Amino acid sequence: MNMNLTLLGQAISFAIFVWFCLKYVWPPIIAALEAREAQIADGLASAEQGKHELENAEKRVKEILSDGKEKAQDLVSQAQKRADEIHERAKNEAVDEKVKIIASASAEIEQERNQALDGLRKQVGSLALQGAEQILMREIDEKSHRDVLNKLAGAL
Amino acid sequence: MSGASPAEYISHHIQNLTYGEYQDGTWGFAHTAQEAAQMGFVAINVDTMFWSLFTGILFCYLFRVAAANASIGKPSKWQLCVELVVEMVWGSVKDAFTGKNAIIAPLSLTIFVWIFLMNLMDLVPVDFIPYATQLAGLSHMKMVPTTDVNATFGMSLSIFALMIYYGIKMKGIGGFAAELAFHPFGKAFLPVNLILESVSMIAKPLSLSLRLFGNMFAGELVFVLIAALVPFYLQFILAVPWAIFHILVITLQAYIFMMLTIVYLGQAHEVHH
Repeated sequence: MNMNLTLLGQAISFAIFVWFCLKYVWPPIIAALEAREAQIADGLASAEQGKHELENAEKRVKEILSDGKEKAQDLVSQAQKRADEIHERAKNEAVDEKVKIIASASAEIEQERNQALDGLRKQVGSLALQGAEQILMREIDEKSHRDVLNKLAGAL
Repeated sequence: MSGASPAEYISHHIQNLTYGEYQDGTWGFAHTAQEAAQMGFVAINVDTMFWSLFTGILFCYLFRVAAANASIGKPSKWQLCVELVVEMVWGSVKDAFTGKNAIIAPLSLTIFVWIFLMNLMDLVPVDFIPYATQLAGLSHMKMVPTTDVNATFGMSLSIFALMIYYGIKMKGIGGFAAELAFHPFGKAFLPVNLILESVSMIAKPLSLSLRLFGNMFAGELVFVLIAALVPFYLQFILAVPWAIFHILVITLQAYIFMMLTIVYLGQAHEVHH
């Protein structure tokens, strides 16, 4: 328990060790610690950002997909509509054509019938005239009765 | 130690290797406690100085190795170990010290590790190195510097000086004196204040060093007692549990010394209004 110069020796060595620690030990270690802390913080932040970006990209992909689907749906329905239209028009045209053909055919038929009727009428007239002629040959003078006969043929 | 009585053995083990001037005017190592006491202040405990310098230089070397090779991405195991200690110290400083002072944290680190290493010498079996040095001709050898009051007072008085220095630096001489004179009872009770504050101020380094010294001296003494009184083949029954318990004590004492240093210097930085 004697106090002696050891006291001063201790104080001096203490001061030297503290100075050494302050100068050569503390700063590099703290610098490394702080740099690592900053690195970890950066890493975490960029991971967070990456996650965020991934989420955004996924959202965009979904949007694009649904957009595409919608467009495809649109295209299909448009095509359907267009096909329906074309179909309808073709049908209408066909119906028109049919009506036209029928009309022209019936007109032709009518005409032919009229012609046939005309011919028949004329033939019936002349046949009737011939028949009448032959019947009347002996009784009627052809000349005098021609007008009557012609009138008759016209009325037929 | 064959031939010596337990009392001689014990008193031999608690005496430092003191170098100083004999009463007849020649210089040399003290052979007895009485001789050491007669040497007075102009003497030096060679063993204390040697082991404290040894542990201090060991601290500087080991920590410098980690600091010089400090890597951010790929720290070595030793660097991680050092970082663990540094972060513990840094956390304590941040918690307890509100002022701004770049010295406090390295100072605390030095205190903690150095005292820890000095205390750690306590775990070296009490006779290993002293016996070897005795063969080499040295009469005494106390390996644990912190069981020498000179060592603990050397540190605590340095801290006391820092307390006064920063107290005056932060508050000015007037502020420092006012804190001594006008607290806690106001200006009317100036002498009472002066006595109270001076006592509490002086108590700080005193308690700081005596706490460390007392704990380590008592711990060392128990080891010496075990070695002196128990037959060698049974000593481990007592010495091993005590050593394991002592691991806690040496760490705790180093931590307490560091923590109180931070708190005291923090108080020195606080400006009262």
